[in-house]
Amino acid sequence: MPEKPVRSAIDVRGVRKVFGSGADAVAALDTVSVVINENEFFTLLGPSGCGKTTLLRLIAGFDFPTDGQIMLYGDDIAPLPPYKRPVNTVFQSYALFPHMTVAENIGFGLEMLGKPKAEVTARVDEMLKLVRMENLRNRKTSQISGGQQQRVALARALAPQPKVLLLDEPLSALDYKLRKDMQIELKRLQAATGITFIFVTHDQEEALTMSDRIAVMSNGKILQVGSPWDIYDKPAVRFVADFIGETNFLTARLGKVDGGKATVTLPSGKTLPATVAEGAARSGDVTIVVRPEHAQVKKSGGQLSGTVENIIYFGTDTNIHVKLDEGGSFIVRQQNSRSVDTGHAVGDRVGILIAEDAAQVLKD
Amino acid sequence: MASASEIATNRERADIRNRWLLSTPALLIIFLAGTGPLLVVLIYSFLTPGPYGDVIWKFSTDGWTGVFFQRDIFDDTLSLADAHLQIFLRSVKLSLITTILALIFGFPTAYFIATRPQKTQALWLFLITIPFWTNLLIRTFAVQEVIRNEGMLNTILLNLGLINSPIQIMFTDWAVAIGMIYVYLPLMVLPLYASMEKLDFRLVEAGYDLYATRLKVLRRIIIPLVKPGIVAGSILVFIPSLGAYVTPRVLGGGRNMMFGNLIELQFGQGRNWPLGAALSLTLMVIVMVALLFYVRNVSRDERRHG
Repeated sequence: MPEKPVRSAIDVRGVRKVFGSGADAVAALDTVSVVINENEFFTLLGPSGCGKTTLLRLIAGFDFPTDGQIMLYGDDIAPLPPYKRPVNTVFQSYALFPHMTVAENIGFGLEMLGKPKAEVTARVDEMLKLVRMENLRNRKTSQISGGQQQRVALARALAPQPKVLLLDEPLSALDYKLRKDMQIELKRLQAATGITFIFVTHDQEEALTMSDRIAVMSNGKILQVGSPWDIYDKPAVRFVADFIGETNFLTARLGKVDGGKATVTLPSGKTLPATVAEGAARSGDVTIVVRPEHAQVKKSGGQLSGTVENIIYFGTDTNIHVKLDEGGSFIVRQQNSRSVDTGHAVGDRVGILIAEDAAQVLKD
Repeated sequence: MASASEIATNRERADIRNRWLLSTPALLIIFLAGTGPLLVVLIYSFLTPGPYGDVIWKFSTDGWTGVFFQRDIFDDTLSLADAHLQIFLRSVKLSLITTILALIFGFPTAYFIATRPQKTQALWLFLITIPFWTNLLIRTFAVQEVIRNEGMLNTILLNLGLINSPIQIMFTDWAVAIGMIYVYLPLMVLPLYASMEKLDFRLVEAGYDLYATRLKVLRRIIIPLVKPGIVAGSILVFIPSLGAYVTPRVLGGGRNMMFGNLIELQFGQGRNWPLGAALSLTLMVIVMVALLFYVRNVSRDERRHG
């Protein structure tokens, strides 16, 4: 399949948002720039209060940036009111109109755009089919379940065929199983409609499974943008490594750096090949990260040594916590098998073998 | 020995007896303060007027005849009491104007209060209710002070050179309407505020997001959702307006009588208590029927749209 040229759908340029004034002023967004490509499933990931929802609201038009531009296919939409932007939102609370039926909710946007009645009806039917809700079209929104409300909210936002769909933690109110189903449903809808999705979540697992690219945010700043694989395996900073998945942080001395590759020396004196985050120090002491599943516990040998402190079983895997001789602790995750146990017991002296391509040197 | 079922039945009986006993005070109050006085009015409407007011305990339907017909003094023939009808229609007209204008002024006011930060809402509500703490008569005279020919409004307009001679507002229907709007505005604002305060403003955002302009959001989302407040406020303003007599008397002078004044007249100078009682009940029945229709229409509307 020939590659389509990548076009940017949303281009956020140096956007700042300050709430309040004077001494009470709080910068919710601190000069954020990010490009979101056409037909991309893009996720804004971060803890609550990191500014991800603020950025979404600026794109939707519910708030206006203090500084900066928000370009939609080349036009600055930052000063436009929400009803003049070809952008729709799926709200965290769904915000379905309680005085309207399912069909009336879905048709509302088209009706407001002044589309003829026949077209509205046809499109509502199409959307009901897309979200598999044909039999509930005349129900009130209070008479359907949470998962169904979620799908109506999606259909309502997709019906006017927006250029960009914004989703504000839409799955957070659903229980675990339904959430898993909706994650797949969302991916299917995005593929079926070809609309650019901007998804806000604080759930790192959700972000990793669904996104084409992820922007990790903290304290009003975007720390790293990349594919789920980049974000997980090549975190640039400590916050990103820590926020997503379990991580081991080690202090090491940086040896020879060659482009993105380097050799680091651990306090134990052993050396280890590592990849280096862009913008990281070129010499001296650095922090490296190693994911728990990229190391093995051995009876002896390896780059680190220590004592088994704790063994935690959780179905697919077991986490072995090792207290390192140099201080600190290290978690190794190993896959379980039915017939053999981990082969280690609390109190055992062990060595830790870190895989060849496992270590990443952080910027901070 | 009593069987288990007998004990159960006895206990149930005792339960029922206790329940009635415990509700007696409430029932007494409802009867004495609510239904009782109305019964007195009903009975009085079927008696004969006494010469100096009061009633003579002799059955008569003259009170009720007097509501709809007037008896010619000379030949005792009956003709339709069109004066009563006129006064009634004028009352309805003025009450409707009052209700609609109170809604027009009250809606933005309530919206303003409901959209303030939580902390300051109480202050705004307090300011709206302050006039309630003042005597109705005094408030009405205050309105008179503003709108009379030598009053504040005319003085300011004259001094600004906008008018050459004072506008005659006092003793017109507008004076009555202005007075009633001022007096009853809090009754409109409070229920409106109560339902707007419950309004989920994310729905308003969702409306904007789905290409609805401000006006359309107001018409399609806010108004349908605060309808219970609009209904309650309108009822609370319309009913007392229809029966008002202090405001029309002070601001409308003797000339522009409203139904309340007509009733008051029968109990005062008219010395015809049975007619006054019959007029009161007529007004009450009309209001109740009108309300039933109104509420039923609104709820049917809701079912259709919802």
